[in-house]
Parts: sequence; structure tokens; C-alpha cells
Amino acid sequence: MTETISAEPYSPDPITPVLTANWGDDRAWKLTNYERRGGYKALRTALQQPQGDLVQLVKDSQLRGRGGAGFPTGNKWGFLPDNGAPRYLVVNADESEPGACKDMPLMMASPHTLVEGIAISSYAFNAHYAFIYVRGEVLHVIRRLQQAVREAYSAGYLGRNMLGMGYDLEVIVHAGAGAYICGEETALLDSLEGRRGQPRLKPPFPAVAGLYGSPTVINNVESISTIPSIVANGADWFTSMGVDNGKGMGIFSLSGHVKNPGQIEVPLGTTLRQLLDITGGIREGHQLKFWTPGGSSSPIFTAEHLDTPLDYDSVMKAGSMLGTRSLQIFDETVSVVGAVTS
Amino acid sequence: MSSVERGHSDHGTSQGRDLGAEARGGQFGQVPAGVDAEDPNAHRPEPIDVSVTETLIDDKTVDELRQIAARYPQSRSAMLPMLHLVQSVEGRVTPAGIEIIAEILDVSTADVSGVATFYTMYKRRPNGEYNVGVCTTALCAIMGGDDIYDRLTKELGVGHDETTPDGKITLERVECNAACDYAPVMMVNWEFFDNQTPDSAVETVTKLRHGVEITSTRGARITTWKQAERVLAGYSDDRADEGPTAGPASQLGVRLAAENNWKAPTPQEAADALAAARAAEGEEGAK
Repeated sequence: MTETISAEPYSPDPITPVLTANWGDDRAWKLTNYERRGGYKALRTALQQPQGDLVQLVKDSQLRGRGGAGFPTGNKWGFLPDNGAPRYLVVNADESEPGACKDMPLMMASPHTLVEGIAISSYAFNAHYAFIYVRGEVLHVIRRLQQAVREAYSAGYLGRNMLGMGYDLEVIVHAGAGAYICGEETALLDSLEGRRGQPRLKPPFPAVAGLYGSPTVINNVESISTIPSIVANGADWFTSMGVDNGKGMGIFSLSGHVKNPGQIEVPLGTTLRQLLDITGGIREGHQLKFWTPGGSSSPIFTAEHLDTPLDYDSVMKAGSMLGTRSLQIFDETVSVVGAVTS
Repeated sequence: MSSVERGHSDHGTSQGRDLGAEARGGQFGQVPAGVDAEDPNAHRPEPIDVSVTETLIDDKTVDELRQIAARYPQSRSAMLPMLHLVQSVEGRVTPAGIEIIAEILDVSTADVSGVATFYTMYKRRPNGEYNVGVCTTALCAIMGGDDIYDRLTKELGVGHDETTPDGKITLERVECNAACDYAPVMMVNWEFFDNQTPDSAVETVTKLRHGVEITSTRGARITTWKQAERVLAGYSDDRADEGPTAGPASQLGVRLAAENNWKAPTPQEAADALAAARAAEGEEGAK
């Protein structure tokens, strides 16, 4: 009976550049170059829609947080209580988890992707203030962000009466000052309030009582940067990539003992074996010994896990965490004990 | 007494503005009993050195500090960028800077120094003109970061968070700086120096000590540490357009995609795929 079914499951190309698509462009960080590729059209589209429709669109896309925990982004937006208090968007651009190195190149190459995502997202859940909390130790990334925000204000994409459509939004680039813990969302909030960055007890969750005790959405850079593509292309487009419970594309970071370390944007569910095949494999004359799927806080995988699909559920089932998709690769020359204690 | 305890004991009991008087009493800068003041290995948190009371903060800086405070819905949020601005003028966090921030934000000086001592980028002693950080977190360490750090300590004759006698370079071990695909990584005034070796690191610091202009491997011309701190406070130095869009490792995926003509699906392709999948499901269901 299976012979009669001709339709094969749809399989996109092995690499699916969306957020990274312009990283090879000359001066991709400039507003004019971003607009030339269709940038800020999604914002215009979004501002013409009822806010609730946008939240529903993000729910339908099944986008899960790209900062590590994998919480469904649309659901997070849906949790904000309607209590009349101001709402805030805080973008977690701290990227301090060892092995994680995708958000910094994103903001350096194409800061407007994030800024457009912030504008759309803030409108969707009715925030009039948004903050980009970026670690302080990345000067050039901060310069590009500051400039992108200035350009977006001048062009009317931010500020009062955005695009003449009656919505106001202030965006502040906020540089941290060196504290690993501030990547944890509640410590980040304390830091953004001008305090020592120490985690808060939950509950209350930030959605209920976050920045200044107000309803707050905290999302990772890549999550927010994905929003314009979903608005532009639709939820079905997004869910055509990836696997069940892990839809869409994501940026994977290869580092360590590989021939070609770097950033590669592929559908969720891609395996390390596939990534190594595409990118050139382990460095010459050596073999894979162990690796992390999601940065240094994710339990270690070995060669046994080369064919584990790299999506939230499969990695968890195999005993680790997808985390930030930070694939730190070590060959037989490295002692596991040495690596974890160094 | 550690600065942390000091901060808590002051908290809530007074506005703590009279920091200078306490300092003159000699308590604040005291070395804890049993610690050799000359021991370079005594790397324990130390209080902010309040023995120097002069300040370079002028009216212009105070105006800028007020501007920063006005950016935020609640002014205390300006604490971190204000401390960055103080460093850009003073070369470290000074007692005068703490007092002015406390006054503008209407918090106690203990609140400000409590924050300043929490974050590693805030310096309690005068920082060098160039801050050189070598990543020695696991992956960079294994890829050569430890060797780079060891070589630089010998070359410069200083250890972690110490400054060369000429005031040029402060050396630091830094935690993962989000550039693992360029390991081992060194930061100069928080600009990336990718794929370093002990030799390249020594060459870089030698140039810095001789006043030779250098450029980040994927960023701008290196500015002074004070000027960098001013950018972190939110004041542009017009260098955003320097450097490339991305380094070669960042472009790995887009390069391979271009070579193989791989693309993300178009919305039409995705819709066709969805329709085909539903048709197949329907056929399956009909059986």
C-alpha cells in the first residue's frame, strides 16, 4: 500500500539562509542595503494588521525561543496580563554561554534585522519601550546596533507615530558591563534596572512582573530577528522547515576541532553528521571524541550521537539540551575532564 | 571588610554621601588583616580606591550623565552607562564619579559602588590605555588561549587585571566572548582579534606599546580604552562603518549555500509542499 503514495516528504535544501542571507553582502549593516533586500516591508505589513493577529501568526509559526530554553515565542507573548501597566520588550543580547557565538555576528552584520523584529514584536504585544541588553564586551557590535537604531529613527521606523501609522516606540541600546550571570533573564532585568545582576525568584515570571514590576517579554536576539521573515512569508512557510516540535531554521555554530568552524543556518533537526559532511568534517588526521550540542551547560555528546536530529525534543530525549545550538567539537587529543574543569 | 559587606552596611542607613570623610579615616581602602599588601597573588575583591579625590569630571560630563539618566523610563536604569561614562573620563570608577551618579540618580553612594564592584568591566584602579583580554574559557583555552595568556604575562611582566608600568596595557583573562568560531580569541578594548597565536598576540601588544595604529580583524581601528567606554555609554565615535560585514567564519553557511545554489524555500514552494503533504495524508486516510 505504501507503494501507491508518490508524494515524498518535503525536504528543503541543506542550508537555508534567511537571517544570514545578507551576511555576504557589502555593508549589509546599512539601512539602505537592508531596504534594498526588502527590509522593513514586513514592518509596514505588520502595522496594518490587528495586533492580536500578529500574536496568533507567531503562535501558528510554532517558533520556539532561540536563546536556549525553547519556549514557544507566541505563547510567551500571549501570557502578558491586561492590567493597564506599561509593557516592555527586552532583547537578551548578552550571549555569554560558552560556545554561543551566533547573535554577535547577526547584530554586527545585519542589526536592522533585529531592529525590524523589535518594531514588529513590540507593536504585536503593545510595548512602547524596547531595550537591547547587549553585553558590554563587544564594542563593534554595539556601534553597529547604535547606528542602526539611529538610522531607523531617522527613517520613521521607530519613535513617535511609526511610519505615520499612529504607533509610538522607543528603542534603547543598553550596554552591560561584564557579568556572565546577566544572560539569565531575571538577573538581566535587575542589571537593566541599575542593580547588581542577581537572579530573582520565580514566580512571579517576567511576563507578569518583569522590568519595573511591569509585564515584560524577554526574547533572544535570534527569536526576535526571525519575526520579520515570518510576517513576510507566513506561518506555513516557517513550518515547512524543521521537524515536529522544532519548526523553522536556526543558526548553528561550529567551533573547535573542525576543518571549517563558523555559522550555518539550517532547518532544525539537521544532524551533526550532516553538518560535518557539508562543512568539511573534523580537522585532518583526527577523530571526533566529544561535543556539546548547546554550549557548555549542555551535557556532552559523543560520536554515538552523530545522527541525533538537532531539535529540542530529540536532543532532550538523547539526554542533553539543544540550548543555543553551539556545537563545540573536540577531537581525541582533548581530555574530557580537562575540558570541563578548565 | 569586603566592599560587598560595606555596601550592605551602608544601605538604607544613610544616603552615604560622605564617602570622602570615611576614606580619609582610612577604613575604606584598608587591606584586610592577614593579607600581604605587596602580594601580587592576593587577587581578592578589593574596594574602590578612594585615596585619590581629584576628578576630571567637569560640567560637560555632568550634563552628559544627566542626559543618560533621562533616556530611561526610570532613571536608575542609567547606572551602567553612567559608570561607563565616568570611566571614559576618569580612566576608572572614582569616588567623585560615584558621588555624582548617586546624586543624579538619587540613590546612596553605597548603591552605586555596590553596582560598580559587581561588574568586571568597571575598574577600581587606573586602567591601561589598552585593555587586552585573552579568552581562557574551555574551548579557547584548548585551542591555544592558555598559551597566549602565558606568553603575554611573560612579555608584559604583569598578571591578570594588572597594568604595565608605562600605563599602556592592562592584561586580563576573559570569559567566553561569543566568538568561538574564531578561537583562540583576544580582545583589545573589546574589539575582536580572531584566530590568534602567541606570536600574533605579542606582535599586537608590541605595536600598541609603540603607538602603532592597529585594526581589529573584523572591526574598527583600535581606539583608546577611555574612548571605547564613551561608546558604551551611548556616544558615537563614528567608527560603525569600519570593518567588514562579517568575518569569514561567520560567512561559512552563506558561502556554501551560494556555491551549491542552496536556498531557503520560497513561500510558494512551502505552500506547494504543504498541499502535497495534505493530499498524501488524504490518500492515506481514504485507504
